[in-house]
Amino acid sequence: MKALQFKRNLPRYAAARIAGSFTPGRGGTVGPLRLTNLEAPEMPGPDWVQVRPRLSGICGSDLATIDGRSARYFEPLVSFPFVPGHEVVGDLTDGTRVVLEPVLGCVSRNLDPTCPSCAAGHLGNCQHTTFGNLEPGIQTGSCHDTGGGWATAFAAHPSQLHPVADALSDEEAVMIEPTACGVHAALKAQGAATIAVLGAGTLGLVTIAALRAQNPELTILATARYPHQRRLAAELGADHVVAPQEIRRAARRHTGSRAISRSTDDGAVDRLSGGVDAVVDCVGSSESITDGLAITRPGGRIVLVGMPSQVSLELTPLWHREIQLIGAYTYGTETAADGTPVRTFDLAADLVSTADLGQLVSAVYPLNRYQDALEHAAGAGRRGAVKIAFDLRSEKERDQL
Amino acid sequence: MNSNADPYKTSNKHLAPRPGFVLDVDRTSPPILFHHGDQFKLEKLPAGRSRVIYPPEPLEGLADPEGAIRHALANPIGDSEPLAALLRPDMKLTIAFDDVSLPLPPMRRPDIRQRIIEAVLDLAAQAGVDDVHLIAALAIHRRMTEDELRHAVGDRVYDAFAPSGRLYNHDAEDPDGMVVLGETPHGEDVQFSRRAAESDLVVYVNINIVSMDGGHKSTATGLSGYTSLRHHHNVHTMRNSTSFMDQKNSALHASNWRMGEVIRDAGVKIFQIETTINNNTFGRTGPLSVLQKREWEWNAKDRASFIAMQKGLEVLPSKARRKIFSSWQAPYEMTSIQAGEVEAVHEITTANVFKQQSVAVEGQTDILTMGLPYICPYNVNSIMNPILVMCLGLGYFFNMYRGKPLVREGGVLIMSHPTPWEFHPVHHPSYIDFFEEVLADTTDPIEIERKYEKKYAEDEWYIHLYRNSYAYHGVHPFYMWYWGSHALQHLGRVIVVGGDPAAVQRMGFQSASTLQDALEMASDVVGPQATITHVKNPPIFMSDVT
Repeated sequence: MKALQFKRNLPRYAAARIAGSFTPGRGGTVGPLRLTNLEAPEMPGPDWVQVRPRLSGICGSDLATIDGRSARYFEPLVSFPFVPGHEVVGDLTDGTRVVLEPVLGCVSRNLDPTCPSCAAGHLGNCQHTTFGNLEPGIQTGSCHDTGGGWATAFAAHPSQLHPVADALSDEEAVMIEPTACGVHAALKAQGAATIAVLGAGTLGLVTIAALRAQNPELTILATARYPHQRRLAAELGADHVVAPQEIRRAARRHTGSRAISRSTDDGAVDRLSGGVDAVVDCVGSSESITDGLAITRPGGRIVLVGMPSQVSLELTPLWHREIQLIGAYTYGTETAADGTPVRTFDLAADLVSTADLGQLVSAVYPLNRYQDALEHAAGAGRRGAVKIAFDLRSEKERDQL
Repeated sequence: MNSNADPYKTSNKHLAPRPGFVLDVDRTSPPILFHHGDQFKLEKLPAGRSRVIYPPEPLEGLADPEGAIRHALANPIGDSEPLAALLRPDMKLTIAFDDVSLPLPPMRRPDIRQRIIEAVLDLAAQAGVDDVHLIAALAIHRRMTEDELRHAVGDRVYDAFAPSGRLYNHDAEDPDGMVVLGETPHGEDVQFSRRAAESDLVVYVNINIVSMDGGHKSTATGLSGYTSLRHHHNVHTMRNSTSFMDQKNSALHASNWRMGEVIRDAGVKIFQIETTINNNTFGRTGPLSVLQKREWEWNAKDRASFIAMQKGLEVLPSKARRKIFSSWQAPYEMTSIQAGEVEAVHEITTANVFKQQSVAVEGQTDILTMGLPYICPYNVNSIMNPILVMCLGLGYFFNMYRGKPLVREGGVLIMSHPTPWEFHPVHHPSYIDFFEEVLADTTDPIEIERKYEKKYAEDEWYIHLYRNSYAYHGVHPFYMWYWGSHALQHLGRVIVVGGDPAAVQRMGFQSASTLQDALEMASDVVGPQATITHVKNPPIFMSDVT
């Protein structure tokens, strides 16, 4: 089986960190990631099935790992060597087309009773990601035992799989997982009348689409660095799209706030007297979170979707303005408007279809061009792209399994 | 008092100033100096199809300005008594004066306003007038700082009045400080300073640098606010003013004159004092005097000083260049003063402005070129942001004509200016938003006016900054854009030489790296052998285009 495998190799990891700091995505060339031939993964349990990926997306968290930027927080939550890839549409051996819900929660780990989070359907909050029948790994794509989507095959528990409607293309289907993240984040920001979405990469765009679908009356401000991101953000439902450095003034204008400057002489908009009801931060940098704190009204909420890693923050506004800073990692089960539980993936599948989110898949690469693919994904914004994916539909190894 | 009959004028101490001049460029013509923000360029214009318009040389100044002022106050024109006869002990007297936007660059001390205000206060003191207020008539411009006020009125006046709150900046957003005096037959609200409206006499102290200044505009605009300004500072008025430097063809003037009548009919008595200055902007001698000379008359010293200045500026950071130029104060001389009834005074003032500034020009051109300097009325001691670049080029320089615009309809305007994407955050906060939000959406003045003006005009934060900080009013960038709306409608293309491409593009213009590039780009619109006219400005002049 053909696979991209990530091994524990500290010198290579350091090299990836250096290379990635110069050219994002370059860590794939010098780092611990290698294209290799592996035995097809053994099924970790009796009811597990083999999935043969058709398209497998490259996520920002994958890039962070490959460029040596991921937080040490994740060290106990992965098991080496592993095959990355958790945004997957693939085929089962019986030909059923499925998308992967990659969280490896209590059920897939054969834990009974399940943890309270899994029992409530909040798989993303599973408390047992390092226990049970599997090696550690918070999701497929970081667990040694399951394999991952950047290969011609991997193992999946049936509870992780969702059949794909025939009407959805592979490009649409591969967007379901990232879209579920956006749907989940949008629901965490529910109740706001004015929201700022920081960042217009994949997560930012799907979040905008989710927010708009959730509430047609909502006022959505968004930041976008590149022209195609601006266009897509507006098309997907943002009312006002500005450059990242313009968000404080834009939020002031659209909320009728006043601005407060640290120095009365410099005229800088350091923060707003009021601000937006909620911020969805799809960047996760010190700068973006600081912007979020500057533009969120007292009592408002910041939903952190972008993976922040290590950041440096002035948290006084969080304290003073009683702002809620909450994370939005992944999905599971949400509560519909009528109070009934609904799977985030089902909501995401609907949204992908209605908002035409398949258009966000900008380019696909075969596995053997993984270095180009990773660099393209890491530079997606400035290269006019959004989502880059591996296309395994034509890999001959896929048919030989 | 007509300056022709001015007893205080002396014989010319300089050689007879030469009138403006139109030079046809041939192969022997030297490169022409272009202002380029706080730098300069020498540009060779194509021979055989280019011409350069040079301003008239500075007229002689009045030899005894103080004497001329006293004479004007005692010998008013029009239907007015001498100022001394209008003053009495129990009266309310308000002296309003032009703000920091005039003149450009600021004049060397003593400022004309100081000389006049001191003379008026002397008369008021002699008459026993106690209740005197001095108001910087800035409409919706930024407030003047203490230094700027001291410069305008002098330390003696400032120290006598400011500490007791009797010398201050006009506040058009003070809910208790403004009144609406009525409405013109055209339905225009006439808003006015309450203090001025309730005064027994308003003395207005003016400096006319261009023919648009003065007259009823001094008070009807200077002491009003958005309620009034929106009736004439709008796209319709600007597009129907050809040009707004020409009173007879200016819808802007017409509106101000209508408002002036309402003010007069409301019982506000105005004693107008208007002055004109010569165009001795850079001095007859000194480090910048070369800027005032015609290139083919430069001597070796002029060339050396220009090259030294140009090279020196090139190596300096922009902040340092800005500081150098902001410190320049022009050695203007007062060429006339007239006082009394507003319209009679203004007629003579305007004639005196044209006496200094008019240049006869035959026919229109296909391409108009201009080098924009570092300063315009709205960036004194500040930053020339891109919107102000647009306003200076398309609003002011384009409109410095009588008769017809210098450039034909569908022609091309080429401006030279670095146009940095840079704003003064204290002075121009709403400009930043205008640039980021409004121009990112549309550059069409009509659309801008319809969609955004009211929101900016009524934005509480901008109003707060206008009243309490040193910010131009929230609506001011709109007016700057409207100022250029006639040119936008008239021109086929606008090209900025040496401008920040992103900033230039945001305004809907094209950027060119060199003048030669710009001329080639212009040829797409006006053909390869298009005629070119360059306005060698500043010093300021007016083209009388036949």
